[in-house]
Amino acid sequence: MSPLTRRNFLTSAGALVIAFHVPRRGRAAQMAPPPKPKTDPNAFVRIAPDDTVTVLLAHSEMGQGVWTGLAMLIADEMDADWSKIRVEHAPAAPVYAHPLFGMQATGGSTSTRAEFQRYREVGAMARDMLVRAAAAKWKTSASKLRTENGFVINGSQKLSYGALAAAAHKLRPPKTVALKDPKDWKIVGKPTRRLDTPEKITGQAKFGIDTQIPGLRTALVARPPSFGGRVKSFDASKAKAVPGVEQVVQVPSGVAVVATTFWSAKQGRDALDVEWEGGDPVDSEKMKADFLALAKTPGAPVAKEGDADAALAKATTRVTAEYDVPYLAHATMEPLNCTVRIDRKGCELWVGTQFQTLEQGTAAAIVGLPPGKVKVHTPFLGGGFGRRGSPRSDFVSEAVAVAKAAKAPVKTVWTREDDIKGGYYRPAFVHRVEAGLDAKGVVTAWKHTIVGQSIAQGTLFEKMIVKDGIDMTSVEGVPDSPYLEAVAARSVTLHTPKNAVPVHFWRSVGNTHTAFAMESAIDELAWAAGRDPLEFRSMLLAAKPRHLRALQKAAAMAGWGRPPPAGHARGLAVHESFGTIVAECAEVSVDSDRNIRVHDVWAAVDCGLAVNPLGVEAQIQGAIAYGLSAALHSAVTLKDGEVEQGNFHDYVVLRMPEMPHVEVAILESDARMGGIGEPGTPPIAPAVANAVYALTKQRLRSLPLKLA
Amino acid sequence: MKIDVNGSVREVDAPDDMPLLWVLRDVLGMTGTKFGCGMSQCGACTVHLDGAAVRSCVLPISAVAGKKVTTIEGLSTDGTHPVQQAWAALDVVQCGYCQSGQIMSACALLAEKPNPTDSEIDLAMGGNICRCGTYQRVREAIHKAASMKEAREEPASPAAGGARSAEHRQ
Repeated sequence: MSPLTRRNFLTSAGALVIAFHVPRRGRAAQMAPPPKPKTDPNAFVRIAPDDTVTVLLAHSEMGQGVWTGLAMLIADEMDADWSKIRVEHAPAAPVYAHPLFGMQATGGSTSTRAEFQRYREVGAMARDMLVRAAAAKWKTSASKLRTENGFVINGSQKLSYGALAAAAHKLRPPKTVALKDPKDWKIVGKPTRRLDTPEKITGQAKFGIDTQIPGLRTALVARPPSFGGRVKSFDASKAKAVPGVEQVVQVPSGVAVVATTFWSAKQGRDALDVEWEGGDPVDSEKMKADFLALAKTPGAPVAKEGDADAALAKATTRVTAEYDVPYLAHATMEPLNCTVRIDRKGCELWVGTQFQTLEQGTAAAIVGLPPGKVKVHTPFLGGGFGRRGSPRSDFVSEAVAVAKAAKAPVKTVWTREDDIKGGYYRPAFVHRVEAGLDAKGVVTAWKHTIVGQSIAQGTLFEKMIVKDGIDMTSVEGVPDSPYLEAVAARSVTLHTPKNAVPVHFWRSVGNTHTAFAMESAIDELAWAAGRDPLEFRSMLLAAKPRHLRALQKAAAMAGWGRPPPAGHARGLAVHESFGTIVAECAEVSVDSDRNIRVHDVWAAVDCGLAVNPLGVEAQIQGAIAYGLSAALHSAVTLKDGEVEQGNFHDYVVLRMPEMPHVEVAILESDARMGGIGEPGTPPIAPAVANAVYALTKQRLRSLPLKLA
Repeated sequence: MKIDVNGSVREVDAPDDMPLLWVLRDVLGMTGTKFGCGMSQCGACTVHLDGAAVRSCVLPISAVAGKKVTTIEGLSTDGTHPVQQAWAALDVVQCGYCQSGQIMSACALLAEKPNPTDSEIDLAMGGNICRCGTYQRVREAIHKAASMKEAREEPASPAAGGARSAEHRQ
């Protein structure tokens, strides 16, 4: 689909306000709620005669727990019986637009904080309607009634919500509702078990890949071996000879083999002869050398205060360090897939997506229908981590093209190799930091150059995310670092080189590398100044009470100051992302094969109100595991334009034996609510690298961390 | 070809080399067993073959003849198997995609070692990848399931929590 068509759709779909990565300085203004949309409680909650209360979820459940957390908001305000709550993903419709982004979307660790008002209001509205229905039935005043655990109560009389549902549904929703005082919350803020567990422990949960509809075919697509490559010619005869293969069709992204089963499609694709042409001959080693060279030259200005060069020249102690991180695949456990049915009634998608509105519009443009004629079913997402929120609708537009060409309902499935080799990676980055200390050990100069591809450039998010040539996702965490505010002379610049490798949001986005660079550099300075890493950070964070409190809590949990077991050492990092501050202390050792072992991680989290502390703990544990994969193992590398990894044997991720024990402390906080899906990831790589330094005196500045 | 899945013998029309995973999913329509890697690297497709954990993505259907296959659907339909109950009590799942495989591996481990140590858990579960990072709770749930199994003669403790349990953890 041409960008023009998509733009036409977006214009016709109404104003899209996309603010995934609001620079912190502008956040206060931009995060202020937009003009209040009219909330229709009936779109968000359905009460059945059997007393079940079904919550319609405007966001995608991909493991992060919104299935439970958003339901808690409604249930508490409704005074619903928690055991009667059911949850469904909402269809794609304007009423479910993200309150901040203006389109139906899940990302930026925003679901709970963005919906905190709306979902509670919906619950309160529903309660109000139920109470008024009961008042009419009892011919009394609504103000004399109270609600508890799924009933409206009038002295000794009570009516269940199910019994009142039909009457309540006919009432007009109230224009305004009062929300509960937080001291009256019965569910919000309490550790609450997940509502999606029963399906997920019995194999009954339906993920996109589990979609079964009459006449469904499975397709695998052969894609170019190099990014930017194209089909020159293909010979389908051998593929078509495979039993079960029905069609071989060309689509914009490659050649699709359509078959009765996955296995036939896979064998058909293995047998397919395709001649490719073009493609960008990216080479990771050369690219890193180029990035390192670029980092020695100033880039586009991101932040500037004083004269960093002059201050460096005057510094008593100087530290120069270059940090680098590779491309990373998301490697969601559920391989990408999308099922498409196009018929006389319109088009239907079954797809685990983070961007329903966008997929709907993309499909509509390809099929030639108005968006309203495209029905989007959202099953559970077998992991997202950003990959299923594609501004280019890459895997969905491909699946729609396949179904259109095949003239049949088709589920297009990616193999693990397709996923690892398929691009949309966390971009590779290089950071060069030159910092200076005065004789007292105070940081007086900071010169920082960042080099890496832009995620937003060329996508429909460009306008919102790229400001004056700076992609905020490339730098977030550096210009707004709490450490830099106290540095009088500082300069941050950015180079944004281009190539054909598609890059993408990856759990915590720019913070994945900025936290590594910042917290490693701060640690290097602490050692250079001869100071304890905790004490040095505490000095720099004196004016940042939330960061300081989190840092000191994590250190205290770890027993910082008391010697670790023999052969172990500890490292620290603290980083703010998505409005949440997370400090982590990692304890490591090195085994006889020079492998880094992470034994324990202590994490202190300040996310404002924790709606579901049990879920917050899970997200921090999981985010640390995700970050440890990147810290210790994972890298996508290219040689002669081709990705060198293909599956979990060479794209290595964390497994059970390497999982540290993670202890999470959620700090009491009345700060504005932050996100929780992503902020646990950024601090873990530097915390581990800093611990490795404390143990070995080897400063590892490349991810994944490898000891010499 | 006939195969015995969860105690019922099913007639399947599939080529001999088709892996059991795709017979289950695409021929029999049993989607609880998951595709993750296709080369026995991630464990999402784990099922039991005569009680032992195997990766169904690399097991040709011809190798299944005469043996009993158990999938997640055959463990219990209502989440009442002790391992499932432990999973619910400890709120293990996140995205949930790998959990069928995790649970099948855990059940096979507990059948062989009713009270596994941490290193036995590492050995048995090291082949099951979870990208959400639920490993810590998986480990705790295996220990819990072991203690529940030991106490099986006694009535189930309410603290174990039913799958639909509404109680809060604290």
